[in-house]
Amino acid sequence: MRQVVLPEVGTFKAWRDAARGLLGADVPPEEVLWQRGSAGADLFAQEAAPVTTGAATVPRGFVQLAKLVVWHRDPERFARLYALLWALRTDRRLIEDRGDPRIARLNRMAKEVGRDRHKMHAFVRFREIGEDVPRRRFAAWFEPTHYILEPSAPFFEARFADMDWSIFTPDLSAHYEDGTLRFDAGADKPALPPDATEDLWRTYFRNIFNPARVKVAAMTSEMPRKYWRNMPETAEIPALLATAQARAVAMAEAAPTLPPKRAGAILARRDTQTPPQSFETALSACRRCPLWENATQAVPGEGPDDAPLMIVGEQPGDMEDLAGRPFVGPAGQLFDKVAARAGLARERAYITNAVKHFKFTPRGKRRLHQAPSAGEIAHCRWWLDLERERVRPRLILAMGATALDSLTGDRRGLLKRRGGIEETADGTPVLITLHPSYLLRLPSETRPQAEALIEADLRRAAELTA
Amino acid sequence: MAKQTLDQKLAILSDAAKYDASCASSGGERRNSRDGKGLGSTTGSGICHAYAPDGRCISLLKILMTNFCIYDCAYCVNRVSSNVTRARFSPEEVVTLTLEFYRRNYIEGLFLSSGIIRSPDDTMQDMVRIARMLRQDHGFRGYIHLKTIPDASPALIEEAGLYADRLSINVELPTDAAVQSFAPEKDPGQIRRAMGDVRLLREARKEKSHTGKRPPRFAPAGQSTQMIVGADGADDATILKTSSRLYSSYRLKRVYFSAFSPIPDASAALPLIKPPLMREHRLYQADWLMRFYGFEVDEIASAAKDGHLDLEVDPKLAWALQNRHLFPMDVNRAPREMLLRIPGIGTRSVGRILSTRRHRTLRYDDLRRMGANLKTARPFFTALDWHPSGLTDSADLRARFAPPPEQLLLI
Repeated sequence: MRQVVLPEVGTFKAWRDAARGLLGADVPPEEVLWQRGSAGADLFAQEAAPVTTGAATVPRGFVQLAKLVVWHRDPERFARLYALLWALRTDRRLIEDRGDPRIARLNRMAKEVGRDRHKMHAFVRFREIGEDVPRRRFAAWFEPTHYILEPSAPFFEARFADMDWSIFTPDLSAHYEDGTLRFDAGADKPALPPDATEDLWRTYFRNIFNPARVKVAAMTSEMPRKYWRNMPETAEIPALLATAQARAVAMAEAAPTLPPKRAGAILARRDTQTPPQSFETALSACRRCPLWENATQAVPGEGPDDAPLMIVGEQPGDMEDLAGRPFVGPAGQLFDKVAARAGLARERAYITNAVKHFKFTPRGKRRLHQAPSAGEIAHCRWWLDLERERVRPRLILAMGATALDSLTGDRRGLLKRRGGIEETADGTPVLITLHPSYLLRLPSETRPQAEALIEADLRRAAELTA
Repeated sequence: MAKQTLDQKLAILSDAAKYDASCASSGGERRNSRDGKGLGSTTGSGICHAYAPDGRCISLLKILMTNFCIYDCAYCVNRVSSNVTRARFSPEEVVTLTLEFYRRNYIEGLFLSSGIIRSPDDTMQDMVRIARMLRQDHGFRGYIHLKTIPDASPALIEEAGLYADRLSINVELPTDAAVQSFAPEKDPGQIRRAMGDVRLLREARKEKSHTGKRPPRFAPAGQSTQMIVGADGADDATILKTSSRLYSSYRLKRVYFSAFSPIPDASAALPLIKPPLMREHRLYQADWLMRFYGFEVDEIASAAKDGHLDLEVDPKLAWALQNRHLFPMDVNRAPREMLLRIPGIGTRSVGRILSTRRHRTLRYDDLRRMGANLKTARPFFTALDWHPSGLTDSADLRARFAPPPEQLLLI
């Protein structure tokens, strides 16, 4: 029988070193007695653990597990970990077996420690102690379930580095002074001076509570009663619960009151403000088809009112919908690139879409583009016609089938009609080309050809309106 | 009126803030103050420092800068026509409260909201000033959540995003029509555009500039929103469709649902009933299914009756009961996305099933040890030593899960 005594501070590292040594010396788990703290006299203990520095490789999951389990209050924790380490020598995959009772047990212990540590991060309550010192000084008393002060301390160190603090627990205490952390023996509950901010905190706790929705089980499952005695705000809970129902009933039964005087004056100011009517405001209020419901905003066309060329695309996409401007997304950027090569100045043209709202289906965090229906195109033609009337372009460039449909009433045979010039019902010439987003969907080997076609059409449009 | 003390102001302005459900302090970047020059840290996962008896977590100091407001939203306790006591914090008071609470480990940071005073820009300016003071004058590295005022100028929103971890703009109600009737000063279109702007700013700040430098991050913990459930007539299907639209359009981190709760000095326009807490809970469950379990809105809506989720059984179970032809599922063979559909088995258990079944065939007891809720899952899966046989198709399967019908009393 060998006895291993692990220190109260640095327990994990000490356990790991001891386990390495034992494993290197082929000592089976049943031959080891593990202890924390000072060495007790065990009748069967004979020799100390051998010290070797030889590294033993273990699966990563084991280290994560051991780093938590060593702080558990179960006296068998070190032995259980070593037994698993022993078993992993012959079956390394065991650590992934979440159905194995040994693994399940250790995982449960790890979870309990992790939860206790998390609750310690959450529920420690400092009081300010000590005045007239350059660094402000705080202290807290906490009673954790497991030996978690040491693994909890880095959290407080990272958070409260510009002040001095002490946390006392029955097993161990931690002191952070002038940027250094040290551990000391456990303590009894210290008498900490009253702190006025604590009263403000209790006021906050009372008032953030909504008496109309009492859910005691939800509260106690996340804030178990065992922590309450060291949390000042929990003293308020009985009174809050006792009066909650009466307060909720009183709210429901209270008759509506008359508004205060100043409300009338403020509300009257509101009613006199009406925004001026413009194309954009009228468009943003459009309810001719249901597409507005899901979109962010209607996207009007953009460009000079006397532009000789009008460019019509399909509909705003994800980016256009957010920005409120046409052709700013991936297809728009591609269009800009091709237009620059073709010598077409975008800022001299009026650029717009056949449909003014983005049509899509939500898919998780993405929006999948959907082609507008014939009805939606027809409804939105009203707005396109208004834009055409205002700009009266010499030529319209129709990009893609939707624009073609909207302008000529016929969407069939786009690829055959591409490059041709047709007319709108009122006789404006329409040059037909492909939509730049079509290029984005092509495989890279056929894309240059299609891009060349669009470039040729854009060049022609530029020449015709020069 | 006598001058209010800090304690009185805190009472009024925290009471006024409690109807905002969000209290998350998670997400975003990790910071600490190990250099000794500032105060605070963020861990990434957020910490709930206390729980109120309403079951809600208290993670942040959630207060209003002021509850004076020129708007008249019917559902809101702070509307101009309400007679609640009014108060206003000075920016210094908010900063002091935040820092002193933080030093005592009461909170993760500040969630600041406000009634609209004078104008949206004036109000937003004061809120941004508070965040700037915390970050720049006091080196505060904890969490800041700013409730953004949608009508404020984009420049102010952009500055707010430099100091805040999270920005949020409430859509308030599930449909535009409801917003227009209950919150006449609010413009649903403006709310959407503001959320769109926040997404664009976030994405623009993620890209490196041509010099390879990364710009300062904009609202690293993203944006969220909240809608009130049960104030207007919208059904659950409408609410879930709205929320899936919001997630996809603005890449929101969360859409919060807040069961409409009676407020002091309520408007006569709204139902003063007990808040529909179970409905709120079911909506959150459905929201979870859509975000982590690969469910689509239409699938959840298909299991709903008249557009409302079943209040007696959870939406995943409701869906499974309606799609029994897909069950029982073999836990040793089914792909991940199908395992996620088994009621009683969550994402974590699915991960454990997948890692273990690479090495051996699973038995009934393995699932128990992996944390599955077998009482619910039993009829819906098979394992090496388990087959539910007739249970899956039994006519009374739903009755096994739903609470027993209550005897009505004759009076």
